Order: sequence, then structure tokens, then C-alpha cells
Amino acid sequence: MTDTSLEIAGSDFEGTAPSGTVGDFIALMKPRVMSLVLFTGLVGLVVAPGSMHPVLAIATLICIGVGAGASGALNMWYDADIDAIMQRTASRPVPRGRVAREEALTFGTVLAVGSILSMGLLVNWLAAFLLAVTIGFYLFIYTMWLKRRTPQNIVIGGASGALPPMIGWAAATGSLSLEPFILFLIIFMWTPPHFWALALYREGDYSRAGVPMLPVVAGGDATRLQILIYSLILAPLGVLPVAVGLGGLVYAVTAGVLGGLFVLLAWRVYSCREGRAAERAARQLFGFSILYLLLLFTALLVEQNSGTTVNVWALV
Amino acid sequence: MQLSDEEKKRRRTRSIAIGLALAGVVVLFYLVTIVRLGSNVVNRPF
Repeated sequence: MTDTSLEIAGSDFEGTAPSGTVGDFIALMKPRVMSLVLFTGLVGLVVAPGSMHPVLAIATLICIGVGAGASGALNMWYDADIDAIMQRTASRPVPRGRVAREEALTFGTVLAVGSILSMGLLVNWLAAFLLAVTIGFYLFIYTMWLKRRTPQNIVIGGASGALPPMIGWAAATGSLSLEPFILFLIIFMWTPPHFWALALYREGDYSRAGVPMLPVVAGGDATRLQILIYSLILAPLGVLPVAVGLGGLVYAVTAGVLGGLFVLLAWRVYSCREGRAAERAARQLFGFSILYLLLLFTALLVEQNSGTTVNVWALV
Repeated sequence: MQLSDEEKKRRRTRSIAIGLALAGVVVLFYLVTIVRLGSNVVNRPF
């Protein structure tokens, strides 16, 4: 499918030569993805019952952040060949020849082992185990196994991105329960429409690289239907934290409005299938999906922190 | 292998970054140890 001995920017992928700047190594850690992972991990940590010493909370977030960075670096090590082909990823440090593949592998491995061990030693071993599962799932199940084989890649692989709130919760409580699993489910169901919206207007990129994203394999119409179906499941799922007492009135209203907007934008993607309008609809959904998750979890965070959680069931 | 001035500069910056990161890890482990031990630090048998 892909040629792993591609030469990009004068750097042979198979040899160790380049050694980039500190900025290149930070870029290897996918800082934007890391920030979303950190944020959802923070929410899991804050909404968990009981209190956690600030130093332990900071240690937890550092471990989650470094673990996410490790996943990014290992993903860039393995996917350097297809990253070089895709316009969206061609400027990453490995395809640009700024960092050698071996360096990315070593960097990612050291960060992965370091973050998991630190989480175990500093916080608890359940959180460390979940962090190891997150990194392992992203690397072995998503990157190595599913990504180049099936259009269900991001559906199943999305589990790794959905785990951080569970890690935060496990770090704070030393156990797991239904509440963090609901947060996991929200991110898990959010991932497919988020990535398929991107894939709709980046289809050529994925197609050239031989990555079987849903629009490449099943076509735009089937992808639009799937986006709509997932959005219709996601919207009510977003309100579910209210049912278990994680969110109150503010969260219920926020989740309801955001869910409605998500479905509305998904409907526009579904109904707008041709030309620039179709691309604009897909771009809008992709942009909004990031805002959706951010605002949804912010509402949870703000409500819990301000102590203004109003039990919705008491109002019924 | 002869490194250019630019490569030497990059290596030096990377070394400083690694040093700072390691120092951060040491401080983090120290702080967490103090937090976990809490008041028991002064309650040890002599």
C-alpha cells in the first residue's frame, strides 16, 4: 500500500541522521491533541468524588499529558510513510526530515514507559494500567492494526481517546464506576462523526495515502448517513451525566443545546452533498465538534467546581 | 562525524531541555513523597 523507504526532505526514513530542535520534539507529541486529552482527563479527575491533593492532581495531569505525547510520537514513528503523502500531515517533523524515525520511536518509548511508571509510583496503579491501555490501544490496535485495514479504524480506535476521563477518575478515587464510563461513552461516540467530517473534505488525502477512511471505502453518502446516525446517538448520550448526578441543570441545558446544534450541523452535512456547500458543511461540523466536547466538559467542570449543581430530578 | 555549528547548537538546546525535564521529574517525585508522607515525616522512630 505504501512505500516505507520514501525519501522526504533529503532524509531517508530508514536511517538515523537528523536531530531536530526542541520544538520538533514537542511537535512529535501532538500538542493540540494532548491539550484535549489533558482537559478531558482533568474533568474526570475533578468530577470524581472526594478530594485530591493539588500536587497529586498535577502529577496525574503531567503523566496523562506525557502519555498522550508518547502516543503521538509513536504514531508519527509508525505512520511516517503515510504522513509524508497526506497534505495535512506532511509538515510533521519525521516526513519533513527534522527528526529521524528511530528518534521518534526512542522518544515515544521513553515517554510511554516513563509516564506509566510515574503514574503507578506517584498516583496509583489502576490509573497507570489505564494509561498503559490508552497508549497501547492507540499504538497497537489503532495505528498498527486498524488504521490501514478497515473503515471502522476510528470507531474502535476512538476508545483510546475516550479513556482519559477514566484515568483522571481512577487517579482521584483508585477505582472505577458508571460515571467515568459515561464520560468515556460520550467521547467514544463523538469520535466517529468528528473524524468522518474531517475525512469528507480530506478524502483525497486519505485516498492517496491508502488509508481506508469511510468516505474512501463507502463513499460520501454512506459517510454522511453514518455521521447523522452517530450524532443522533451522541446528543442524548451527552445529557446522560445528569442521570447519574454528575451534571445538574446548567449541564443539562448546555448538553441539550449543544447536542441539538450537533444534530443540526450533521443534518446539514447529510443534506448538502455537492460542491463548496458540502465542504463548508463538513468543515463546520468538524470545527463545531471540537467546540462541542470542550464546552460540554467545561460545563461539567464549572458546575462541579462552583458548587452550583442543581439536582435536575428534584425539579421534576 | 563532524557536527556543524547549527547542529551543535541544536544538540545543546536539546541537552538543556532534557536536563530541565529530568530536574522536573526529581522535584515532582520529591513533592509527591512529602505529600504522601505528610506529618509522618516527623513521626519516625529514632
